[in-house]
Amino acid sequence: MKELKDLYKQMVLIRKFEEKLYELFSKDLLFGTIHACIGQEAVAVGIANALDKSCDIVVSNHRGHGHYIAFSNDVEGLMAEIMGKKTGVVAGRGGSQHLYNNNFYSNGVQGGMVPIANGMALAEKMKKTNAIVICFIGDGTLGQGVVYESMNISSLWSLPIIYVLENNIYAMSTNVKDAVAGDIIHRAKAFNIDAEKLEGNDIEALYRKLAVIVTKVRNSSKPYFMCIDTYRFCGHSKSDSCEYRSREEELSWRDKDPLSLVYAKLPKEMVKKVEKECIERIEGAFRKCQKDLYPVLKNE
Amino acid sequence: MNKQISYLQSINTALRECLKNDERIVVIGEDLRDPYGGAFKVTKGLSTQFPDRVLNTPISEASITGLATGLALRGFRPILEIMFGDFLTLCADQIINHASKFHWMYNQQVEVPLLIRTPMGGGRGYGPTHSQCMEKLFFGVPGLKIIAPSIYHNPGELLKNSLGAKEPTLFIEHKLSYPKILKLKNGDYAKGLSVKRSSDRFETVFISNCNFKNPDVTIISYGYMVEIAEELLLEMSDFEVNIDIVAPSLIKPVLTQEILNSLQSSGRLIIVEEGTLTNGWGAEISSLVAEKGFNYLKSPIKRVAALDLPIANTKTLEDEILPDKENIKQAILEVIE
Ligand SMILES: Cc1ncc(C[n+]2csc(CCOP(=O)(O)OP(=O)(O)O)c2C)c(N)n1
Ligand SMILES: [Mg+2]
Repeated sequence: MKELKDLYKQMVLIRKFEEKLYELFSKDLLFGTIHACIGQEAVAVGIANALDKSCDIVVSNHRGHGHYIAFSNDVEGLMAEIMGKKTGVVAGRGGSQHLYNNNFYSNGVQGGMVPIANGMALAEKMKKTNAIVICFIGDGTLGQGVVYESMNISSLWSLPIIYVLENNIYAMSTNVKDAVAGDIIHRAKAFNIDAEKLEGNDIEALYRKLAVIVTKVRNSSKPYFMCIDTYRFCGHSKSDSCEYRSREEELSWRDKDPLSLVYAKLPKEMVKKVEKECIERIEGAFRKCQKDLYPVLKNE
Repeated sequence: MNKQISYLQSINTALRECLKNDERIVVIGEDLRDPYGGAFKVTKGLSTQFPDRVLNTPISEASITGLATGLALRGFRPILEIMFGDFLTLCADQIINHASKFHWMYNQQVEVPLLIRTPMGGGRGYGPTHSQCMEKLFFGVPGLKIIAPSIYHNPGELLKNSLGAKEPTLFIEHKLSYPKILKLKNGDYAKGLSVKRSSDRFETVFISNCNFKNPDVTIISYGYMVEIAEELLLEMSDFEVNIDIVAPSLIKPVLTQEILNSLQSSGRLIIVEEGTLTNGWGAEISSLVAEKGFNYLKSPIKRVAALDLPIANTKTLEDEILPDKENIKQAILEVIE
């Protein structure tokens, strides 16, 4: 079992990383856009730490920086990728939402990666590797038909996959109430997939729960669906000012900030040290990336 | 090759051999397993012999295309059947935004050796949603290769040669060709026609009624349309026009040089395809020729293709809508005028 300090540090690393990106945008030092996961760090860290990183696979989406850092710890490769540098994980070809590294894959079409995650789970099952696949989706992505085609197949074929739905209440500006009819959990249960709703901001509780579920899926080789409640404190993408939600709602979630929930439990000195180390690492990565070259096709 | 085998048998046999020789092959699709053996029976017998690697799926074209892509990313060599080519529209996001992108987008760190086979084409009275040549919608997709064998090619060999590529392949079969016996001869055959083949991995077949000497017209075509072009040549054996048919199996990317080689002596080009005319294969080839072989042209390029309409169910209308021998003949007369 991971220590709370470890989990905390990973969450801080993700938070500081995302904040650094916002700072870079404000200084006009980044090109394109990002979908940050500020507020949702516990989900990424909880899942990644419950996995066997030597074999398990993570399939992520547009809001994947946290998933990526928690799974690979590769702050430097991600920073370079988002800065569009040759040293990025996919050499500037993919950017923020199209990442690949070892057993981590992400793409930017909502729901499109769900059947691919199924295929990976089938591959691992046929190879008898005992690996499982994590497939992240958002609440808005429940609107995509291919998600249900895929849940149907994973249930029929008993695939070792966990669908992790991060319910942050919004898809861009659309409230989940306006986009998803009925009970989310029932959608998975209709396919005879075990499904459960979880609270997503308390890392200790979440991580403990996830470790049990991961083991269960690994042993049973059956799909699992979890709907994890959380909230993004930042906008949907770089320039979103969140006019579609109230400040009261935002404040009510601030009380459940995954970072503040932990740091009360840790010694003050430790918290300070962790924060300092994370910032130093991110600043170091940024300084290095600034010197890195941009890719050019001609030189291939 | 003296044994007479059909287009369908050639593919069926190749699939069986692939399954036998390579543990990474998984054949996936709707209603493929015995006793049914696929809507066109192309996979007949395979599930009996390889029960674990021939998989029937629900009617979920998008999901099974993604599933096959996931298998390919993780070391398998899936061969996916889409029951009717018309349904590639349902696979389009998976093919365009996923399978065809990954190799390049992930900086060549992954491979997607995915083969998607599907029957296309009309002539069987299946109507507007079961008769189209949908491959045209994919001609502009980077990272995707498209192979379309005719009965003059060896579809089984082409299928084997398509496996294990770094990026996905669409393999277009023609419904009308399935029962036909392959014509794999080289050299002179039937009524003064001669045939030769390129030595490429995806061979191009060249058919000529003048032994490739001084052609007046070059016809480029693929798939079932090659059959009707060849029939026309046979019927026109006393007709005084020298014609070369260029029939590539690799239809995307277009092998421009092969066309230019023949065009250099003929100076006249007819492009024959079964898909609708507008923005089709012919449009792309015409542009390439205009860019690279403009000076060879003695007359305007002609395109023979389907009318820009849905393909009607009833035979009279289907016949009017799809290109036929008469259309090719007219085109020949126009270009030599
Ligand atoms: C198929 C598709 N449609 C639209 C978009 C544009 N888009 C990007 S993110 C997003 C909202 C997704 O919401 P949700 O699934 O709840 O994930 P979240 O952003 O909340 O993490 C939309 C509509 C897209 N990327 N893909
Ligand atoms: Mg959401």
